[in-house]
Amino acid sequence: MPILRLAWMSLLNRRLTGGLTLVSIALSVMLLIGVERLRVDARESFANTISGTDLIVGARSGGVQLLLYSVFRIGNATNNMSWKSYLDIASMPSVAWTIPLSLGDSHRGYRVLGTNPDYFTHYRFSRDRGLTFTQGQAFDDLFQTVLGAEVAEALGYQLDDAIVIAHGANDVGYARHEDKPFQVVGIMEHTGTPVDRTVHVSLEAIEAIHIDWQSGAPIPGLSISAERARKFDLTPQAITAALIGLKSRIATFKVQRAVNGYTEEPLSAILPGVALSELWGIIGIAENALPIVSAFVVLFGLLGMLIALLTSLNERRREMAILRSVGARPSHIFTLVMGEAAALTLAGIGLGLTLLYGLLLLAQPIVESRYGIHIALSGPTRHEGLLLGIVLLTGLVVGMLPSYRAYKQSLADGLSIRV
Amino acid sequence: MKEKHERGSHSSRAGENVVAIRDLSFRWQPQAPIVLNIDRLGIDNGERVFIEGPSGSGKSTLLSLLAGVSVPQKGELRVLDRRLDQLSSVQRDYFRAHHIGYIFQMFNLIPYLTMVDNVTLPCQFSKIRRDNALRRSNTLDAEAMRLLDHLDMTRGDMLHRPVTALSVGQQQRVAAARVLMGAPELLIADEPTSSLDADLREAFVRLLFQECEQAGSTLVFVSHDASLEKLFDRTIRLAEVNAARPESTQEH
Ligand SMILES: Nc1ncnc2c1ncn2[C@@H]1O[C@H](COP(=O)(O)OP(=O)(O)OP(=O)(O)O)[C@@H](O)[C@H]1O
Ligand SMILES: [Mg+2]
Repeated sequence: MPILRLAWMSLLNRRLTGGLTLVSIALSVMLLIGVERLRVDARESFANTISGTDLIVGARSGGVQLLLYSVFRIGNATNNMSWKSYLDIASMPSVAWTIPLSLGDSHRGYRVLGTNPDYFTHYRFSRDRGLTFTQGQAFDDLFQTVLGAEVAEALGYQLDDAIVIAHGANDVGYARHEDKPFQVVGIMEHTGTPVDRTVHVSLEAIEAIHIDWQSGAPIPGLSISAERARKFDLTPQAITAALIGLKSRIATFKVQRAVNGYTEEPLSAILPGVALSELWGIIGIAENALPIVSAFVVLFGLLGMLIALLTSLNERRREMAILRSVGARPSHIFTLVMGEAAALTLAGIGLGLTLLYGLLLLAQPIVESRYGIHIALSGPTRHEGLLLGIVLLTGLVVGMLPSYRAYKQSLADGLSIRV
Repeated sequence: MKEKHERGSHSSRAGENVVAIRDLSFRWQPQAPIVLNIDRLGIDNGERVFIEGPSGSGKSTLLSLLAGVSVPQKGELRVLDRRLDQLSSVQRDYFRAHHIGYIFQMFNLIPYLTMVDNVTLPCQFSKIRRDNALRRSNTLDAEAMRLLDHLDMTRGDMLHRPVTALSVGQQQRVAAARVLMGAPELLIADEPTSSLDADLREAFVRLLFQECEQAGSTLVFVSHDASLEKLFDRTIRLAEVNAARPESTQEH
């Protein structure tokens, strides 16, 4: 169709404004799809923080709060659950495995988690991925620790290094368990979850470092050495929470009901999936705001095209009159401008996607090694395709205005060249 | 032989009117004053007609009627045996594409097309003119080159220059090549020489005549330059045929 060739030649003739328009559309499309991808990936990695765990049990509290401190290590439990309750629940017939969690101490800004070796065998994240070690293995002695990937990386720890745990969440000089250092025996692989930011020790170790402490401070005059501490009964009195795996999913609600109705002390059992989506609902406001912002950016990109096309019309009136004189119909004039709008929008989408994939390709190895998150370089998803379709459609609708104007103008001007 | 046949087909209409106007009346807007009110006007096949009249008297308006861009509100407008006043606007656009070559006063060329593409442009919109052109040469580009060569526009690097880098006179010659492309029956020129100097004007008009004669086309030529008048077969003084008196009429 020769008129489209003309549209193309005309566009080439105005390559500076055309190019700038194209770039602004491309950048806005890149932003739109990039943000969309980020949003989906963030939601996915959020949902992947924990998997395989059927119930999380802790002292009675809201589901989100329990999830926050037990899985995300954010905030503190207001109450503990007793060791006896834990054992009771662990011995329920439908329970396959349990992981006790004891939180409260920290090491240089990273939370310390007291647990048992079951943690390393049963904890799952990201659709059934288990924990693995880059170096060493799980602890099997009292004063040994396993570090999450980020902890080891950020603090530069190697195997066999000695670290000192601080009392409470704030690592301040006077509240350190200086007399009982831990030996690093394992460093874990990146998971992209809070596990990376956790220092793992045994439940007994948590007891041991607090033997000569009371109410958050060392008992004056009492000092029990690391070696002597081993002689004490280090069975914990209480833990913060427990992760529970069931033999069969069907039992989930039965066990949940049993825990919630536990008579010895008030406990809550929550389904991690439910709590996760509840939590996502709270922080999801940003999730909704982001696409709206990028939609506006796209709209502004297309508005730029509208302005460029409208301003070009006046200087192109002569061109239109010449075309009319050789027999171009007003509909041709419409097509001429419309073709330009379509070409700009399509090329903008193409260039935007190219830029985005280029960027992802560059970022992929960096993100993978730093955060352990694998960015899939898959083609546009259905939803992204839909978004691109809407962009194209909007571009065409925006293009209608100058096209219609050119159409009317060419009808009114006829063969007279007025500039 | 082909050329003869072409001319033959035209001359079979010899003596017939290429343009025939009766009781025509035209105004630009419903409330605007009547610009043209022509009782009777005829232009014969193969004629070279000079149209003269003061500024604002409706010369360009008449040409836009002949080219089928505007239609009279009243009366009969027959061009090449078609009642333009009865055709739809799309039909008139086709009519113009097929049968009419139009030259503007200046700025005839599309800046982003090459000289040859500018010349072949009419063939993009009319199969008839493409076929006519291909009857003379093997390709459209070859026909464009033939015409440009006639008009002395193929010397040096002129062909490869952007058309905006041509002098006004050169641009007008390229425009002439374009209207001649595909031998349309009616050539219309609206002050095509007013931006040329005196020597060039006459040369340009003679060139146009020569090509018209070869193609067997009729030429309607508007100009304010009375010195060109003598070259034409006939002069139409618009003030004499037009009963309407548009407001801004003034002697030049
Ligand atoms: N597109 C238009 N819309 C409304 N009025 C118009 C239009 N074109 C021309 N006119 C009016 O019609 C009248 C005749 O104009 P026209 O352009 O035909 O004059 P002209 O004889 O060609 O003048 P000139 O020698 O200056 O080119 C003028 O009064 C003009 O204002
Ligand atoms: Mg005029």
